[in-house]
Amino acid sequence: MLWDLGSVLMFMVTSLVIIGITLLIAKLFRRDNPTEEKLTSYECGEDPVGNPWVQFNIRFYVVALIFLIFEVEIVFLYPWATVFKEMGFFTFVEMMIFVGILLVGYAYVWVKGDLNWVLPKPKYTADFDYSNVPRFKKPDAEKARKLQAVE
Amino acid sequence: MLTDIAIIITKIMIVIGGTFTAVAYLILAERKVAGFVQERYGPNRVGIWGLLQPIADGVKTMLKEDITPAKANRIIYHLAPAMVLAPALVTFAVVPFGSGIDAFGRHIAFQIADINIGILFIFAITSIGVYGVVLGGWSSNNKYSLLGGVRSSAQMISYELALGLSVVGILLLTGSLRLNDIVEAQIGMWNVFRQPVAFMIFLVAVFAETNRLPFDLAESEQELIAGYHIEYSGFKYSMFMLGEYSNIITASALIVTLFFGGWTVPFIDVTKLGHLGAFLSVVSFAVKTGFFLFLYLWVRWTLPRFRYDQLMHLGWKILLPLALLNLLFTAAWITYV
Amino acid sequence: MTESLFFIFATMAIVSALTVVVTRNPIYSAVSLVITLFSLAGIFLLLEAYFLAVVQIIIYAGAIMVLFLFVIMLLNPGKEAKFLSLTDPRTLIVTLLSIAFIGMIFSLVSGSVNYIGEVMGSVEELGTTRNIGLTLFTKYLLPFEIASLLLLVALVGAVLMTKRNLR
Repeated sequence: MLWDLGSVLMFMVTSLVIIGITLLIAKLFRRDNPTEEKLTSYECGEDPVGNPWVQFNIRFYVVALIFLIFEVEIVFLYPWATVFKEMGFFTFVEMMIFVGILLVGYAYVWVKGDLNWVLPKPKYTADFDYSNVPRFKKPDAEKARKLQAVE
Repeated sequence: MLTDIAIIITKIMIVIGGTFTAVAYLILAERKVAGFVQERYGPNRVGIWGLLQPIADGVKTMLKEDITPAKANRIIYHLAPAMVLAPALVTFAVVPFGSGIDAFGRHIAFQIADINIGILFIFAITSIGVYGVVLGGWSSNNKYSLLGGVRSSAQMISYELALGLSVVGILLLTGSLRLNDIVEAQIGMWNVFRQPVAFMIFLVAVFAETNRLPFDLAESEQELIAGYHIEYSGFKYSMFMLGEYSNIITASALIVTLFFGGWTVPFIDVTKLGHLGAFLSVVSFAVKTGFFLFLYLWVRWTLPRFRYDQLMHLGWKILLPLALLNLLFTAAWITYV
Repeated sequence: MTESLFFIFATMAIVSALTVVVTRNPIYSAVSLVITLFSLAGIFLLLEAYFLAVVQIIIYAGAIMVLFLFVIMLLNPGKEAKFLSLTDPRTLIVTLLSIAFIGMIFSLVSGSVNYIGEVMGSVEELGTTRNIGLTLFTKYLLPFEIASLLLLVALVGAVLMTKRNLR
């Protein structure tokens, strides 16, 4: 067993070394000619606005929290699965109780809506009053006709 | 002792070399399949059928300029691609890819390490794979990449639960975490027939874990342009690609090992055929894995992308309860039948 | 062989643990903590506690650290300020606690007080998944079931806390 673990370790080290060597070769052969333009963050060709390292939505954090609890539960299931056949019915009941208690938590999270991914309410829907937004002002019919005439 | 070490090193080289070659030709196959699906040729200029295209691409990305954005966090930015690629490669260490041969006075298993916690080892490594993506996205200091990284990590952890639970069903039948035991228990009857629901859950979860369509929210081109690797260029970019495709290969190999009998050949006992049997077992494993690789490409060019709320709904409200039900049913079935 | 591997893992663990404390960028701290957890898992493996080692990686490195990263990215605290000043009362508390901690470790190592209890005779086969399953569902059944209650409380409590912060 230790021998096998040693080979896993060797595998890890070898793959890391190979990655390192290829990176080194690439570094030797490529040319580097950075300019200020190249080094700006990509934002579809515009100058980047503001800092991306801002607070993001808390929903991701809630997902990670619930995940953590269930991951611990699943880890307990593995030793259970390996001994299930030899220990039989009693273990089955034990695990039912364990999972049952956690299912209460799952039901709670479900009912309270924490498993829902709430979509943000769009601002510009069909019944939004566009007349106050300068960009969406209705085209001036008179002006448009004049422009067409010119063209 | 020295022979043992030499054998291990040879095996490691074969596996890493094999994975890289497979990745190169998987990318070519993907483009060819895409061409076929969309009624165009795909790459056909470099070599016959574009067979030399992967080499050309590899050389090209190596020679390309490697740009580190001025605002990026440099250390993490350089580390992230390796954090994606290394776990993707290491997972293959415990997957048995053949029955093994007797040579040099010992039995050589076609597997790098036969450890008795094989499945858990795979889950441990996949749970590490999240870091490369999320840190790569964060360190680029770009809005798109940050969104891609965070999205993808939330997606991966959500589907890890369904993935882990679906495998427990198989473990109940086998009673061992060793992948070789699981393969040998499938001689005569593949697990996919015993655990069809678990297979469906595992398949869907594995697609989500590898960030492939229909779950490629992390790099959805239309909204995030490229997602977490948007700022990467040159060889670091291709390391992300290598990682993604190695993950696909490992995932297919895992599907085969857990549900489709691994290296076993239907109706033939390869362990009694000596060297020919060993060869047949490797071919069997490769053919089965190849089918699932094709399935990946097939699905990619067939299904549209999920929306993020749909993705979360599927993972948390459908797959997770379904996996639990499957587990209860299997346990009850073992107890009473 | 095992001994030299132990020293490699131990050095890695100590160096990365020091980096967690010393570095001022929280993301670096998180990444070094992952390395610490990995080296600890390596030490567990050397002790033939396979299940524990893997669980260490799955739960701590795979789940808790992702949570930490999310929190760091969510709050985006930026770089930490420099060291605490001497006049700050917290400095005194931290110093006292560290002295107590070092003293505890010293007494553990010197063996004057036995906090650990007797180590079982044979560690062979002790840490396999099967053995953990066998003992968990017979000898330690009650703690196991109580653990599920604990998890339930943690789940409900954690979700409730995030809700209050939202309001």
